Amino acid sequence: MNGDVTATATTGASNRPQVAAGSGHGDDRRRHAYVYAVGWHEPALTEAAAGAPGLDGAAVRTVCADGLSALVCDVPADAFGEEGLRGQMEDLDRLAAIARSHHALVVAANALTTVLPMRLGTVYRDEARVAHMLQEHGGALRTLLDRLEGHAEWGVKVYADPRAMPPAAAPQSGAATAGSASSAGSPGRAYLRQRRAVRDAHHAVYRTARDVVARIHEQAAALAAGHVAHHPQQGELATASGENLANDAYLVSVEHTDAFQAAVRQAAADAPGVRVEVTGPWAPYSFAATSPPAPETAPDTGSDSGTGTGTGSDPGAGAGHGR
Amino acid sequence: MDAELPVAGVGAPGLEALAGRQVALIDLLDRLLTGGAVLTGDLVLSIADVDLVHINVRAVIRSITAENLAPW
Repeated sequence: MNGDVTATATTGASNRPQVAAGSGHGDDRRRHAYVYAVGWHEPALTEAAAGAPGLDGAAVRTVCADGLSALVCDVPADAFGEEGLRGQMEDLDRLAAIARSHHALVVAANALTTVLPMRLGTVYRDEARVAHMLQEHGGALRTLLDRLEGHAEWGVKVYADPRAMPPAAAPQSGAATAGSASSAGSPGRAYLRQRRAVRDAHHAVYRTARDVVARIHEQAAALAAGHVAHHPQQGELATASGENLANDAYLVSVEHTDAFQAAVRQAAADAPGVRVEVTGPWAPYSFAATSPPAPETAPDTGSDSGTGTGTGSDPGAGAGHGR
Repeated sequence: MDAELPVAGVGAPGLEALAGRQVALIDLLDRLLTGGAVLTGDLVLSIADVDLVHINVRAVIRSITAENLAPW
């Protein structure tokens, strides 16, 4: 493990980038280095680099330092400088294209070896600076790669979708509230009863969905090595039916994958109107932060601490112990 | 990009089977805009600027970039 810094161009596969705004001379054709992922310096990464085209068809190469490698591709400095990148990311189509390209490279590499995906839009001025980054952050990168080895990320999304209720369920819960007013009253009263039944069924679905979320958190999370809660999905890109109540990512070891999925399946059983979507295996995007969040402190500090003053579960009270 | 990540469904009652589907952009952006390693250093675009970068797309992908506070 010496301090050597090498940039290895992978051969074949890709055509040179076609830069649309290539009208300038010399200086305008400067390149920056877009970084997809970091992994161990080993043949698998080089292989991944050779196997997939980079952004806009650019060649992908590895930049190596201190036993680590970064997957990078050349990008035009004007389009990927601060201004250019900002402009591109404000264009949803372009953002999507960059995201898909980034993802394709990460998938290719992740299929062959453990990788640490970088955040979208990680651009260094040049390859020498990428190598410098590998050296500077080598310790943290190695720790993360070790932690992620043999693990995959799984996404679990829970939706409340009252409209997907089996037709039989709604009248039932309505009847429970309507009580003994069973005589067919006026059309107006029937309408109100119907409205109430729908509303009650709606509430029941949300209650059930929250129960499912709690069960997944408890049972599936026990089998996971990490858990990150993403923001529930909404807005134009969220096209799935129903309301997304939980959008979580779990880091699961290969040996626990079956049990994890079984636990999710079990938590989702017998929950009419609730839909659970599992996605994966993903590269460990959600667990690639160099400073992982501190492990959750005990949610309930009431019973296990003799030092409390009895004023309730003040989260600050636990700071003195259990770290 | 046809070589997409296989998105496997668990394939049980109550679980949506997603096998064979292309990765949803929103799932990808969840991960690529809030996940991924962020290493400070001589970046062309400092990560601190990312929330500014996304301001205009935010209307579309507000589920990903929480409106009020951005941890990044």
